[in-house]
Amino acid sequence: MPAVETEVEIVNKYGLHARPAVLLVEAANRFGCKIEISNSSLSVDAKSIMSVMRLAAGKGTVLKIVAYGEDAEQAVREIVKLFADGFGEE
Amino acid sequence: MKIKKGIGVSPGVAIAPAVVLDIEEFDIPRRQVPSDMGQVEMRRLRKAVEVSRKELADLRERTAERVGKEVASIFDFHRGLLGDKELMGKFQDAVLQGHATAEYAVATVLRAYAKELQSMPAYLADRTKDIYDVEKRLLRNLLGEKRESLAHLTRDVNVLAHDLTPSQTAGIDRGHVRGLAMDAGGRTSHTAIVARALGIPAVVGLNDLTAEVGGGDVVIIDGDRGVVVVEPDTRTIREYKRFAEQQVELVHELEALRDLPAITLDGHEVTLLGNIEFPDEVGTVLDQGGQGIGLYRTEFLYLGGQKEEPGEDDQYRAYREVIDRCAGRPVVIRTLDLGADKYTQARARTPERNPFLGLRSIRFCLQNLPMFRRQIRAILRAGTAGPLSVMFPLITSILELRQAKSIVRDVAEDLEEEQIEHRADVPMGIMVETPSAALQGDALARESDFFSLGTNDLIQYTLAVDRGNERVATMFTAAHPAVLRLIKDVIRAGQRHGVPVSLCGEMAGDPQFTMLLLGLGLRVFSCTPLSIPRVKQVVRSVTVQDCTRLARKVMGFDSDREVLTCLALELRRALPGSLAD
Repeated sequence: MPAVETEVEIVNKYGLHARPAVLLVEAANRFGCKIEISNSSLSVDAKSIMSVMRLAAGKGTVLKIVAYGEDAEQAVREIVKLFADGFGEE
Repeated sequence: MKIKKGIGVSPGVAIAPAVVLDIEEFDIPRRQVPSDMGQVEMRRLRKAVEVSRKELADLRERTAERVGKEVASIFDFHRGLLGDKELMGKFQDAVLQGHATAEYAVATVLRAYAKELQSMPAYLADRTKDIYDVEKRLLRNLLGEKRESLAHLTRDVNVLAHDLTPSQTAGIDRGHVRGLAMDAGGRTSHTAIVARALGIPAVVGLNDLTAEVGGGDVVIIDGDRGVVVVEPDTRTIREYKRFAEQQVELVHELEALRDLPAITLDGHEVTLLGNIEFPDEVGTVLDQGGQGIGLYRTEFLYLGGQKEEPGEDDQYRAYREVIDRCAGRPVVIRTLDLGADKYTQARARTPERNPFLGLRSIRFCLQNLPMFRRQIRAILRAGTAGPLSVMFPLITSILELRQAKSIVRDVAEDLEEEQIEHRADVPMGIMVETPSAALQGDALARESDFFSLGTNDLIQYTLAVDRGNERVATMFTAAHPAVLRLIKDVIRAGQRHGVPVSLCGEMAGDPQFTMLLLGLGLRVFSCTPLSIPRVKQVVRSVTVQDCTRLARKVMGFDSDREVLTCLALELRRALPGSLAD
C-alpha cells in the first residue's frame, strides 16, 4: 500500500486549537486512507478531534503527516492546503 | 472517608447512598448494566448522540444567522466531538466492557476529557467548558423526561446538589429522601426551610461537595453538627448510628411537652402555631403541639412542576384539606408569594435584573388579576369550613393593601351573585416584611385585622443581604439592632391599635430569640413544626418580667454580636442543658 509522507508548519496564531482541529478532522474523514499526524513525541489519528488536540501544537510547530491507502496522495494534498491557508484564519 | 463542614440547618442524622444533582438536575445512575443489556444502552447512547448532533446543527445555523459565523463555529467543535471515533469507542468500552449505564459512560468519559484538556495550554484548556456543555446536552437527551427524578425514587437516598430550586423541593419524594446536602445556601435558604418543615436532616454551604461525591457513594448527613461524611468507614457509621439514637431520646424528651400549655412561669399565655407548605404537614404541626397554622404558604401548587396552571378547584381542595385537618384550630393562609422563581421568570417578557426588587409577591398578583381572583375565590369558598384568615405578603404601601382588600370584597360579591357558598367576612391581615411596612405600622394597623412579621424578608430588605448568597450569608441575622428596632415598632403599633401581631419568620422557631421576643411583647409565634417543642420549653421556663428586662437591655446594644452573646447567656441561665448550645 502506498504511503505518502510530508511535513507541515503551523502558521496560524493560536496553533492547532479547537476550530482548526475540527476542520482538519473533517477533511481527514472525507478520505478512506489512514492518516497519522505526529509531532516529535506523539503520533495520533488525524480523524479524531481529541487526538489531534492532544498534540497541543502551537504556532511554528512542524508536524509530520503520513497517509496510507489509495487516496493518500489526494488526502495529504488537501491537508497541506489547510495548514498553508492557516485554516482560513487571520 | 472525607469529612466536609457546612452549616447544619435541619437537625438529625441521615445515612444513605447519594443522589447527586448538578445544576441541571441530572441524576446519573451508576448501577451496573447486565451484559445482555449492554447493546440496549449503546442504542440509547447512539440515539442521544444523533439527536444532539442534529440539535447542534440547528443551533449553529441559528447562531450564524443571528450572531455571526465566528461565534457559531464553536458548535462545529461540539458536533465534531460527538462524531469522534475515539469518543464513541470509549463510550462503547465503558458500556460493553465496564457495564456502565449510558449516562454514566457519558459522564465519566467526557469528564476525563475535560480533565485532560485542563492540563493543556490555555487556548485548549478554554475548551473544557465546551466538553461539559456537550456532556449536559447528551445527558439531557438521554434522561429526557426522567429529569425531575426526585419525585420518583425507588430507594432511600441523600440528595446532594448545588442548590435546590423551589420546584425541586416541591417535588421531593418524602418517603425516600432521607437528607439534603447543598453546596450553596444559608440558614434561611429555601432548601433549609423546606428541610425543617419536612423534618429531614440538612446541611448547606458545603461549597464544592457535589464535585467530590459520586452518585451511589454512601454519605452521612449530620444536620446537628453541620457535617457531611463521604464514604464513611464502618466505625464512623457505627458511631453515627449511636448518635442518632441519642437524638431520638432528646426528641422524646421534648415530646413530653406536647400536651402541656405554652405558658410562662408568671402565667402569661403564648400561642404556638406552625408554618406549612403542604396539607399533609398539618399532622406534624399538631403532633408537635402546635395550636394551629400561622402561615400556610400557597405557592406549592404553582411550583410543583405541573404543566397546567392550578385551577380554582385544585386550590379549594388543598385549602379545604388544611382547614379540615386543623379541626377548628385557626389557619392563616398567605396569598401567592411567587417571585424570583421559575414560574414568574418564565412569564416575564425579559428576565428581571433584580427579581427580589421586582415583580414578586402581592405585586405579581395585582398585575395578574385573573390568577389572583382565582385564588381568592378558592380561599373564600374554603373559608366556610373553619376559622380561616387571609394575609397579603410583601405589602409596601397602604394602596396595595386597599387594592388587595377591594379585590377580596369584589370576589365575595361575585360569589354572592353566583350563589356559591363562601365566607364574606374573612379577616384580612398583612405580612410586615419590608422596612416601609414596618415604618408605617400605625397607618397599616388602622386598615388591617392582624399583622404577621415576616422576618426573613424583613432582614433581607433591611440589611440588604441576599440570604442565599454564601458570600454574604453570614451578614444575614435577626440580631441586627436595626431589625430589632423595626420588630419592636411593629409590635408596639399593633398594641396601640388592638391589632394582633404574630411572627412567622425563622426567628420565631429559634430558641435564642424566644425570650427577647416575649420581652418585646410578642405572644404569637409561628414556626416550622419541629421547632415548636423547643420554643415551648423556653416559654415554660421564663417569666415575662425577666424577658421584658432582657429586652430593654438588648435594645440598648449597637451590634448583633453583643445581642447574640447576651441572648445566649440568658438562655443558658434560664434553661441549663443541651438546648442552649
